[in-house]
Amino acid sequence: MSACAAVAIEVDGLEKRFGALTAVAGLSFSVRPGEIFGLVGPDGAGKTTAMRMLASVMRPDAGRIVIDGIDVLASPEQAKSHISYMPQRFGLYEDLTVDENIRFYADLFDVPARVWQARAEKLLAAADMTPFRRRLAGQLSGGMKQKLGLACSLVHTPKVLLLDEPTTGVDPLSRREFWQILYSLRSEGVAMLISTAYLDEAERCDRIAMLNAGTMMYCDTPAALKERMPGAMLEIITPDPRAAHDAVRGLPGVRGVLMVGTGIHVHVDSGERRTQIAAALTAAGIGIESLEEVAPSIEDLFLALLEQDGAGEGG
Amino acid sequence: MKWRRIKAIVVKESLQIVRDPRSLMIVLLIPLLQMFMLGYGVNLDVQHIPLCVHDREGSQASQGLLHQFAASPYFSLQAPMGSDAEIRKSLDSGRCNLAIVIPAGFSKGLADNGGGSVQALLDATDSNTANIAANYARSVVAAYSAGVQMEFIRNRGGTVQTLTPVDMQARVWFNEDLVSRNFIVPGIVALVMAIVGAQLTSLTIAREWERGTMELLISTPVQPMELMIGKLLPYFLVGMVDASICLALAVFWFEVPFRGTLTALFLTTGLFLTVVLCIGYYVSVAIRSQVGASQVALLLTMLPTTLLSGFTFPIDQMPPAVQAVTYIVSARYYVTIIKALFLKGSAWTALLAPILCLALYALVMVFFASRAFRKTLD
Ligand SMILES: Nc1ncnc2c1ncn2[C@@H]1O[C@H](COP(=O)(O)OP(=O)(O)OP(=O)(O)O)[C@@H](O)[C@H]1O
Ligand SMILES: [Mg+2]
Repeated sequence: MSACAAVAIEVDGLEKRFGALTAVAGLSFSVRPGEIFGLVGPDGAGKTTAMRMLASVMRPDAGRIVIDGIDVLASPEQAKSHISYMPQRFGLYEDLTVDENIRFYADLFDVPARVWQARAEKLLAAADMTPFRRRLAGQLSGGMKQKLGLACSLVHTPKVLLLDEPTTGVDPLSRREFWQILYSLRSEGVAMLISTAYLDEAERCDRIAMLNAGTMMYCDTPAALKERMPGAMLEIITPDPRAAHDAVRGLPGVRGVLMVGTGIHVHVDSGERRTQIAAALTAAGIGIESLEEVAPSIEDLFLALLEQDGAGEGG
Repeated sequence: MKWRRIKAIVVKESLQIVRDPRSLMIVLLIPLLQMFMLGYGVNLDVQHIPLCVHDREGSQASQGLLHQFAASPYFSLQAPMGSDAEIRKSLDSGRCNLAIVIPAGFSKGLADNGGGSVQALLDATDSNTANIAANYARSVVAAYSAGVQMEFIRNRGGTVQTLTPVDMQARVWFNEDLVSRNFIVPGIVALVMAIVGAQLTSLTIAREWERGTMELLISTPVQPMELMIGKLLPYFLVGMVDASICLALAVFWFEVPFRGTLTALFLTTGLFLTVVLCIGYYVSVAIRSQVGASQVALLLTMLPTTLLSGFTFPIDQMPPAVQAVTYIVSARYYVTIIKALFLKGSAWTALLAPILCLALYALVMVFFASRAFRKTLD
C-alpha cells in the first residue's frame, strides 16, 4: 500500500472473542477512498464480526479502527454519520413501502429533503426500481430487497460503505445493477468494504483479503494473488466430473481438485503434468472433451492457498 | 436530540401499528373484554353474613328490628347472645362478622321522640366485607327507622325534621348505593390499563431484534432517548384511547358514579400510563424476544396491581413488611387517586400526595427506560 494515499478505513490489530472462541484475531488492513476492498473466507471466518466492529454495533476486545479520521472506538456516534452499513440479514422494515423506508433513513441521518429526494430518485432509477416505490418492502424479490437496502444506505452520501454479503441470493441481473452502483460510488471516492461468498465477485474488487478462522491469510489485488499461486491450473471438461475428480485425486503432482459445473479444475505443480493426467483419465475410461491450462479463479486460488496449510505470508 | 429523528420514529411506528390491523383490534378489544370479565367476575357482594345479636332490652320494638335483620338475605342470624363478653368471643372466633347490640333504653327512646341508637360491632379483618356488612346493616336499620318514624307521625303528628331517626353508630362512607362494584370497578380500570399499557410497549424493541431490523437501526446516529420517545409517543396515544374506553365503560356501563374532574382523571391516567409504558419498554429492551418480553411484562404489572395496589386487598390490613413493598407499586397511587376521584370526588389538594408520588414515579421510569437501551449487539 502506498503510504502517501489518504486512508478512509484503517484497522489495526482488531480482535473479538466470544468466550473461548476467537472470531477475529489481530486483523489489520486499510482501505483508500474510492477503493473496493473485498473480504472473502469460509463460513465462520469472522467477516460479519469484523464488519460489525467497523460499523460500531459491536465492541472489539482489542485493536484500533479509524474511519475518515475518526477514532471509532472513542467516538462511535460521530463515526456513524459517515458510515453506511448493510448487515448480512435484511434490515429494513417489511411493513413499510420502498419510499417510506428510504425516507426513514434519510430522516435518521438528517439529510435535507431536497438532497435525499433527488438521490433516491437517481438510486431507484439505477436499480430499476422506480415502478415499485409504493410497494411494501416485504413484497419485493430478494434482489430488489438488497438493492433497496443499498439505496437506503446511500441516501446520506456516506464516505465509507460496509456491505456484508450484499448479493447473496440475488439474481444475476440485479447483481449486475448492484455492482454498477458500486462502481459509480468508486468514482465518487467512497471507500467500500464488501464481504462476499461469490468468488467471481471478489475478482471485481480492487483488493481482497482472505480470512480464515479470524486471521487474515492474504491481502492483495486479485491479479497479484493469482500470480502468487505456485504451479498451474488445468481445466478438464468431461461428461462425468465426479468420476474424473476421483480418478485424478492423489496422482503425483496433483495438489487439489475442484468440481466446477461441466468439469474439474486440477491444481498441479507444473503444466507439464497434463499428458500424464490425460493418460490416467483415458485409462480409467473417462471421456475428455477438452483439457486446457487456464488462469486460476479466486476460488481455485483460495483452495490452493488453504491447502498450503496456512503457511502463507500474512496480509 | 433531534426532533426530526423522533418524528421519523413516531411516523414509522404509527405506520407499523396501522398496517397491522389484527394487533390493533386486539389492542382495542382486550381492554373491553377485560373490563367485562373482571367487572362481572370480581363480585364482592356478600350474602349470609353471620350476625350475632345481644338484645339488652328484649322488648317488642327491639324484636321488631331483629326481625328485619333475620328477613334480610344479607345476614344469617345466629343464636342470641346473653352478654357483651359472649359477643366478643364470637367475633374473635369468627363465628360472626357483625354483632348488633340493642341498648336497654331503646324502646323508650322510640316512644319519646321516635329516635334511638343501636351499636354495631364489626370484625374488620377483611375490611371489604366489613364495609359491606356495615352498609347492609345500616340499610336494614334505616328501613326500620323509616317505618318507626312513619308510625310516630301517624300516632302523634309532627314533621320529619323534628325527629331523630334510629341511628347506627358504625358507618361506612362513599358508597351509599351499597354496591361493591362501585369499589371495585375503578380498581379494575387501573388493572386493565397496567396490563394493556405494558403489553403495548413490551413488543416494540423485541420485535426489532427478532425481525433483524435492529442491527441496521443501531448503525445509524439515532440516540437512545430519541428512540424511546419516538416509540412511546404512538403507544401513549393508543393507551389513552384504551383508558378512555375503560373509563367510559366504568361510568356508562357499570354506572359507577364519577364525582371528580375530568382534567384530574386524564392527567393522572396519563401519568400512570407513562409508568406502565416505560415498564413494558424496559422489559422489551432487556429481553430480546417478543414472547418472553410480553410474559415478563404481564407478570410485572398484573401481579403487583392485583395483590399490592389495594385494589382487592386493603393495604392497611397487610403485614408491615408487605405494606412497605406497596410503596414501590405504581398502581397503589393510581388506585388511590382513581377511587377517590370516582367515589369521593376529591379535590386536587386532597390528592396531592399520591399525584406527586405518581408523577415522581413516571419521571424515574422515563429516566431508567431512556438509559436502558444500548446501541450494541454484545
Ligand atoms: N454473537 C456471537 N456470539 C457467539 N459467537 C459468535 C457470535 N457471532 C459470531 N460468532 C462466532 O464467531 C465466528 C465468526 O462468525 P462470523 O459471523 O463473523 O463469520 P462469517 O465469516 O460472517 O460467516 P458467514 O459466511 O457464515 O456469514 C463463528 O464461529 C460464529 O459462530
Ligand atoms: Mg457473515
